[in-house]
Amino acid sequence: MRRWGPPFLVLVGLIAAWQLLASIGAMADALSLEEYLVPSPSEIAESLWQNRALLAENAWVTLGEIVLGLLLAVAAGVSLAVLLDLSEPMRRALYPLIVGSQTIPVIVIAPILVVWFGYGMEPKLVLVALICFFPIAVNTADGLRSVDPEARKMMRTLDASRLQILRRVEAPTALPYFFSGMRIAAAIAPIGAVFGEWVGSDSGLGHLILQDNAQLETARMFAAAAVLAVIAVSLFAVLSIAERRVVDWR
Amino acid sequence: MRQDNKVTSEITKFAADAESPAAAERGVTASACRLSHSYGPVRSIDELDIEIPAGGVLGLAGPSGCGKSTLLEIVCGLREPTGGSVEVGGAADARGRLARCAYMPQRDQLLPWLAAIDNAALALRNHGIRRREARARAARLFERFGLEGFEMSRPGELSGGMRQRVAFLRTLLSGKPLLALDEPFASLDAITRAEMQGWLARALETDPRTVILVTHDVEEALYLSDRVVVLSSRPGRIVEEVRAPSARAPERDAAVTDPDFVAARERAMRALRGGAR
Repeated sequence: MRRWGPPFLVLVGLIAAWQLLASIGAMADALSLEEYLVPSPSEIAESLWQNRALLAENAWVTLGEIVLGLLLAVAAGVSLAVLLDLSEPMRRALYPLIVGSQTIPVIVIAPILVVWFGYGMEPKLVLVALICFFPIAVNTADGLRSVDPEARKMMRTLDASRLQILRRVEAPTALPYFFSGMRIAAAIAPIGAVFGEWVGSDSGLGHLILQDNAQLETARMFAAAAVLAVIAVSLFAVLSIAERRVVDWR
Repeated sequence: MRQDNKVTSEITKFAADAESPAAAERGVTASACRLSHSYGPVRSIDELDIEIPAGGVLGLAGPSGCGKSTLLEIVCGLREPTGGSVEVGGAADARGRLARCAYMPQRDQLLPWLAAIDNAALALRNHGIRRREARARAARLFERFGLEGFEMSRPGELSGGMRQRVAFLRTLLSGKPLLALDEPFASLDAITRAEMQGWLARALETDPRTVILVTHDVEEALYLSDRVVVLSSRPGRIVEEVRAPSARAPERDAAVTDPDFVAARERAMRALRGGAR
């Protein structure tokens, strides 16, 4: 309550202010817009309820892209982090390239992915995985490396093999780092999924938002955005709970 | 701390239990001859000659930067000397030394995600022994070393003294004949430290090993060792060798106030001050 109370109150206050300003037409006036283009929270809620089946159907598609894309990013990111950890030459050769690769805006690749993989789920998965891969790989690699050299020495004199040191010391040490990478990834994964849908798709919340935009269905646009936000926050919450259960020694 | 009369009768039991080559039980001889080490152009150790009999405890005292930690790394086979030779139990190569030495780091380095007993049993697990079996072996030592009831506690729940005891058991359970202790009690408060010194003295009586004890506490070195070597600051070289008058006497507090002990301590302190210059 103490933790969630204050942000909750701020959120309620903001929504209440929006409701008030929208219902007296102040927001539309300020933006010099027709009133139906600036929906109030109650109108958005109404749209949310009326379009629940449609929204759920599309949310399901987007959630699938986000989760599968994240899993792909975890598999690739963790494997690469382990590879960099086990091989110093690999680290020296690859680490700068991985960091440098982040200067390429992944989003410009999206159209190419559509050309390669078509309008199905695959280009979205690849896009989500591409943007989520970086924080997971770099955080995990840094975590594996953060082990105290004294602990390494101790383990070596206790006859630990390189893989035993990785499993018994480095991997647990890296877990909190991995989870911070995951939290960043979960926050940006929806961006990848929605952008993938914008570039070319026939379903998903991003697709719906694009359609509503063309038809000036602003209330439903906001409703879709709200659903997307709920997905992102839920992912974040699931990760936090998982971290607390797994990293239980802190 | 409680000291069991039954302890001695249990030594033989432990000897049979420990996952150790026969040599482990009494320790091995260790020696260094004109041992030197340099980091690039910086010489950290300068022509050390050291001789430790099997089961002997050698104290190494010296100012920071005298190469004590480097010396331990070399002895343990984690590093090669840049000059001279070093030998542990007949093995002069790094692999052979590594197989005979167990290292107890300065801060205990207990793994916070493992229960105390699993920390102590790390070496057994590394040797491929199943967890149940490894725990059973470690549990017998927990009883003997006053840690009973704390087997499943996480390190974060243990006091400083208990953590050091678990760290020492972890080193002992490696079954190695030479234990390299790097300032094992530096992080403890004065009272706990004195208590732990008495505890370690008794532990080494029941489970003798060859020990190299690095410390900057001269009193600790003199109480626990047979002989204390005082090193100068970089490059580390021997400035004094002091015979300990009462190695691991049962009554620590009486032993360290004995006139012979006080005289030896003064001699070592003088050497230390001289070497630091």
